[in-house]
Amino acid sequence: MPKEMMYGEAIATAIIEEMQRDPDVIFYGQNMGMTERDPMLKMFGKDRIRITPISETAELGVAIGAALTGLRPIVELWMSEFMLVAFDQVLNEAPRLRYMSGGQVKVPVVFKAGYGFAAGWAGQHSNSLYHLFMGTPGLKVALPSTPADAKGLMKAAIRDDNPVVYLQHFLLTLEKGDVPDGDYVIPFGVADIKRVGSDVTIVATGWMVQKSLMAAETLAKEGISAEVIDPRTIAPLDVNSIVNSVKKTGHVVLVDQAPRHGSVAVVIAGEIAEHAFSHLKAPVRLVTAADTPVPFSEPLEKYVLPDEDKIIQAVKSVLQRHATAV
Amino acid sequence: MQPAQQLGNDRLIWMYTQMLRIREFEERVKRTFVEHPGVIRGHTHLGDGAEASIVGALATRNDGDPVMPSYRCHGYPIVLGTPTNRIMAELYGRRDGLCKGFGGSMHLADPAHDFPGTTGIIGAGIAHAAGVALTAQVKRTGQVVYSFFGDGSSKQGAFHESLNLAAVWRLPVVFILENNEYQAYTHVGLEDANYVAGQPLSKKAEAYSIPGATVDGTDPLAVYEEVKRAADRARAGHGPSLIESKFYRLSAHGNAITVPPVPTQFPKHESIEVYGRKAEFEAAKANDPIPKFRDKLVGGGILTDTQAGEIENKVREEMDEAVRFGLASPLPQPEDALKYVFT
Repeated sequence: MPKEMMYGEAIATAIIEEMQRDPDVIFYGQNMGMTERDPMLKMFGKDRIRITPISETAELGVAIGAALTGLRPIVELWMSEFMLVAFDQVLNEAPRLRYMSGGQVKVPVVFKAGYGFAAGWAGQHSNSLYHLFMGTPGLKVALPSTPADAKGLMKAAIRDDNPVVYLQHFLLTLEKGDVPDGDYVIPFGVADIKRVGSDVTIVATGWMVQKSLMAAETLAKEGISAEVIDPRTIAPLDVNSIVNSVKKTGHVVLVDQAPRHGSVAVVIAGEIAEHAFSHLKAPVRLVTAADTPVPFSEPLEKYVLPDEDKIIQAVKSVLQRHATAV
Repeated sequence: MQPAQQLGNDRLIWMYTQMLRIREFEERVKRTFVEHPGVIRGHTHLGDGAEASIVGALATRNDGDPVMPSYRCHGYPIVLGTPTNRIMAELYGRRDGLCKGFGGSMHLADPAHDFPGTTGIIGAGIAHAAGVALTAQVKRTGQVVYSFFGDGSSKQGAFHESLNLAAVWRLPVVFILENNEYQAYTHVGLEDANYVAGQPLSKKAEAYSIPGATVDGTDPLAVYEEVKRAADRARAGHGPSLIESKFYRLSAHGNAITVPPVPTQFPKHESIEVYGRKAEFEAAKANDPIPKFRDKLVGGGILTDTQAGEIENKVREEMDEAVRFGLASPLPQPEDALKYVFT
């Protein structure tokens, strides 16, 4: 039976269920399991729920060593930017060790972090850095947009034998939705069509899925039928589902909270150019953050980020319904 | 009891043999640059001079104890039982290489011989070693992890973060800081605060309230004694120790960095090439751990000259075969490059 729960709760549920299922799963990070009253600590004990110092290099490096030898660690990073202080471990250790060993070892770790906190967190705590992970062969990257996906992708991440960067969107934490009970696992590399449509394909991840669905509602009232696709994982990326949708609609808008030149959107645009060019009836449009750091003050922040209006304008421009569109 | 008595004659001879195998392997690697130019690509780092330290430390292992060195990593798997012909084939980038030609000199891995893997980034592997120790602790395997790294690594954040965390969690790991006096091309006197203050590098242990000791890394029995104490402590659940093992790297940091088509070759040691300290290098050569240990065993009646000669011949034959095997092994299939990115 599906149960209504919040996005954040769905992630916690997935971790608890996986820790109950598999004694090799351990979970640690800064500022967690601090007192005996901590519910996870009560459930799983001090061996499997641990608190760490502010030492990202050690936290991630230790997880890699533990994963090499039979544990399945989940590291709570809290904010994806904190991985930057330990980027060697994220980009140059975890995804390389299996390859360099000629396939002899595996590194089943989950680096769990929040991102995209567009609520006045300014330049160093609200970024969308996923292109860095996506561009590193050997890393898998999950970007859940709903509570159900959050649970299913976390379970898949924990069971995966490869390093996974699991990025949860801060602004979705309290979003509610139906979440299937029990063993609900979403395979990586399978996009989800969040809304079926026929005129235009909108591809979006994370918080932008919600914005795109709201834009699609508004557009529907004007007689425009938008299909909204969420890749759910960007490595591996389900290029086929996107290309198939483009073949159907002939129009594409790619929505991404990351700055344009560091977005998944540019990668998807490249795939569409190679695999579906002859089906395009208009050039692909990108609705991304501006190529700036994220500013602090609200009007500045809003100006650089994609929103519902920007998505609507982009859709109209590719459909050439709006003469003044750029 | 003295370590020599504790170990017994067979074990002492085993130690000498392992030291010799490492040295002979590294000599063959060096000779490859001359005899088969172009066969070894990229950067290769040799462990000659480290033999007493490596073998003295590893002689304290229990079966199944994992070993996690840095990128200067040929010697350890040789002692652990990895076939030397497969290590050589890996250095030559061949299909029968230990890592099928995907890793090379700096990235050896042989999990079947308690050698989970190495990294080419200075200090990064110290955190991995602590993680291997976390597995041992959580799974209660009774293993102790041997983490080896150079003096250069001890200035990395990974070193400090890992020692702190290992101490807080009381992880079963022995940190062995191999002070070979040169951090790549830079003398330790130019980059280490303890050294500059005239103090041993093991002083760093005090920052994490764990035992720290400095030992003569050219004497395998001295290394054995100190590492044994640390390993026993770790196995008893009392957490990590830091041991500074002092010896001298007898070869340059690595082969010269050349751009193809210029073939790579081994330059002279930095002490001569960079600093012009010929006397320092000659003194280190005179203190070579291998003849020193041989003399000790022969002098103590543990080994005869004839036996020593037999061991030397056998080791030479093994390494002849390693080179032959490496050269004969085919190069990998190009399209195999797409394998092993993911499981």
